[in-house]
Amino acid sequence: MKPAAFRTPEIGDDNGVLRARLHAIWETQPGWRGWLSTVDHKEIGLRYIVTAFVMLALGGIEALVIRLQLAGPDLHLLTPDQYNQFFSTHGMTMIFLYASPILSGFSNYLWPLIFGSRDMAFPRLNAFSYWVYLFAALFLYSGFLIGAGPNDGWFNYVPYSEKDYNPGLNQDFYALGMVLLGISTSVGAANFIVTFFKMRAPGMSINRVPIFAWGTLTASAANLVVVPAVSLAFFLLWLDRQFATDFFRPAGGGQPLLWQHLFWLFGHPWVYAIVLPAMGMVSDGLPVFCRRPLVGYSVVALSTIATMILGFGVWVHHMFATGLPGLSMSFFSGASIVITFPSAVAVFAWLATIWTGRPVVTTAFLFFASMILLFVIGGVSGFMTASVPVDWQLTDTYFVVAHIHYVLIGINVFPVVGAAYFWFPKMTGRMMDERLGRWNFWTMFLGFNLGFLPMHVTGLLGMPRRVYTYSDGMGWDILNLVTSIGSFVFAIGVLLFFINCWKSLRSGPAAGDNPWDGPTLEWAVSSPPPPYNFAVIPTVASRHPLWEDQLEESVARTSIHRGMTLDQAKETIATTPLDALPERIVEMPGDSYAPLLLAIALAVLFVALLLKLTVLVVIALAAVFLALLLWLWPRRELLERREPAHG
Amino acid sequence: MAELALATPRDLPVGPIGRSGLGWWGVATLVASEAALFGYLLFSYYYIGATALPGWLLEPRPKLLPALPNTILLVASSFVAIYGEKGVEKNNRAQALIGLGGAIVMGAIFAAVQGYEWWEKPYQFGTTSYASLYFVTTGIHMAHVFVGLLVLASLFGWAAVDFFSPRRRISVSNGVLYWHFVDVVWLFVFTTYYLTPYLGFAQ
Repeated sequence: MKPAAFRTPEIGDDNGVLRARLHAIWETQPGWRGWLSTVDHKEIGLRYIVTAFVMLALGGIEALVIRLQLAGPDLHLLTPDQYNQFFSTHGMTMIFLYASPILSGFSNYLWPLIFGSRDMAFPRLNAFSYWVYLFAALFLYSGFLIGAGPNDGWFNYVPYSEKDYNPGLNQDFYALGMVLLGISTSVGAANFIVTFFKMRAPGMSINRVPIFAWGTLTASAANLVVVPAVSLAFFLLWLDRQFATDFFRPAGGGQPLLWQHLFWLFGHPWVYAIVLPAMGMVSDGLPVFCRRPLVGYSVVALSTIATMILGFGVWVHHMFATGLPGLSMSFFSGASIVITFPSAVAVFAWLATIWTGRPVVTTAFLFFASMILLFVIGGVSGFMTASVPVDWQLTDTYFVVAHIHYVLIGINVFPVVGAAYFWFPKMTGRMMDERLGRWNFWTMFLGFNLGFLPMHVTGLLGMPRRVYTYSDGMGWDILNLVTSIGSFVFAIGVLLFFINCWKSLRSGPAAGDNPWDGPTLEWAVSSPPPPYNFAVIPTVASRHPLWEDQLEESVARTSIHRGMTLDQAKETIATTPLDALPERIVEMPGDSYAPLLLAIALAVLFVALLLKLTVLVVIALAAVFLALLLWLWPRRELLERREPAHG
Repeated sequence: MAELALATPRDLPVGPIGRSGLGWWGVATLVASEAALFGYLLFSYYYIGATALPGWLLEPRPKLLPALPNTILLVASSFVAIYGEKGVEKNNRAQALIGLGGAIVMGAIFAAVQGYEWWEKPYQFGTTSYASLYFVTTGIHMAHVFVGLLVLASLFGWAAVDFFSPRRRISVSNGVLYWHFVDVVWLFVFTTYYLTPYLGFAQ
């Protein structure tokens, strides 16, 4: 059939015939072919989530080994060099391979569902982003497995990472692996941004978007422009090491502090990028269990954006001890203090939501609500170190280690586990075990605080971070032992979570479409959702489409069972960025091997660069070009080519 | 009884038409990210330059020949590419091929002249941090020129076999948009490395 250039979308009712037709169009081919070529955002999202949780487990095991080493004075479980690799790999794993990808996983899975769309804007790019993430993780870990893991902390300061001090392949694995991972993060960010602005259902104007989407949007906008900074830093480091350039080497007129600037120009916005979507999970999940809308939607959305914008201007607070001019430090100290304002807005909004709501205490609620407490603790310790003189006392001590763990575990892991309890029924069709959930929550919560609250004191008593052991008589023995015990309790809690997932997946009670009586569109589809998500494109009339009868926010009602059918091909609707008015019928690409092939070609390229195999580099570059050509070849079914003269 | 909000749009475009479509947004985000990359490269130059000791500039008076005419050539190639894009828009295949082909030739000349400049330099990329910055920044730009040339060559081939019509031509517009980026970002690189020394930076 010849596709028309313009068409009036047919309006119809949700029915079995329509669903059967859409199913045939959207379903991924079964078997390994479909597995390798799928572009379904739900499948990709689940892969992200599973892979990231595997990374959480690996990073956790590394942490336990570290805690065994530090459980008492003068222990020798690890050699100093092994210790360096363990704590650096732990940081790399948790920050780069778990904390961000897990949020990408949830966003990938949920965005089209909460937007009332049938997929992300760029489904193939989505698949590509996952494959590159997977290959980058394998690349980075293959270094660790052959004894060449990163060994200079996750932020990898020069000069220790330069070749003179670090002759092995450790830093080359880390540098190239991070550049590869940066490709995944960047294309993922681009996909989220375009999806946010173009793929929302008609009527979902920008003031009706769930906060979770705002969180991922701001994180993605930040990632899009700051990931190049760290990719560049690692690339320049690799050149310094392998081709004797002089970017960071003072002997050749280089500037070691350039590394820190480039790293933290990325690193600090990145911290917000791995917490803002998680804060969004709380902003959307918590109100469901408080049986009321979030208090202060608009200010929370605006403060999310404000946090990110201010987040670009605080990176130097990581560098207060490097001898920068006083004026520079005053500015960045001020910015770092001001950034607590928008964060506090979210905290008060959550508290007011609980206060004025009728809380239903579920496991998910406990994780979301406890995050508020952990956020405040992590926020206050961050606020303290925003002050230059305090930072001079505390920098490079365990106080900072305690701070970063309150931020990353408190504002990432706790919301994420809560989100898993919250959305697991949607993803699998089964409820998680609430009883085991309570054990899971209390073990994690108590273990975490037992481990990390005393660590503040360890830092105040002056224990430096990154040391592989310490002598007795420093006053750190008991504190470290308590931290080690706490970390194992916490690990048992995480293990209970994994057990609960596994057990519930096999034998959890059926969930139904909307087990929590949630207000947003993902709860309007079946659990798990069909390949096409929505049989008809919904039209959104308010911020809480499924709560309209109770809330009476608007006269009109969201239309879920009647709407555009778009069943002539693999189609969905694109809308205008602000008002979400229907703008275009878009043809979505079918399953494709191109993303996987491009990712493989890139992975081979990076291995070739690591080993400096020039011939293989050239072959891999040619393969990259061919894979891109296959991908971008103008296709008739995507309406990228001249229509045939005769239909 | 509340009424049902139901979007019932009239005629909507199907798929990308002209230059508008989701793909345009994709290339726009790519350009934003790439622009940031060059921003950090230039930041590195200014940062190291501002904190360096006198004598850091290996070329206190950079030669503007052939760099300036070469810059003008590259920027001009953007307009020639637009001429080619207009050719596709007007269903004039000859104009399309002349425009895209012309841009390819001009871009290739730019690359060759830049290669000559590299060859002519008295220093290597490992000589000092200035040399490293110069070669790596212009080198990364050169990599973008090569990618841009491959894009233009693909478009040239597709236009030659009549893939595009005035309505269905988003690949052309997206590719040419990328080429504009490659050209415009060079102006920033050129200004930084060839002009700011005359303004006294890092002297």
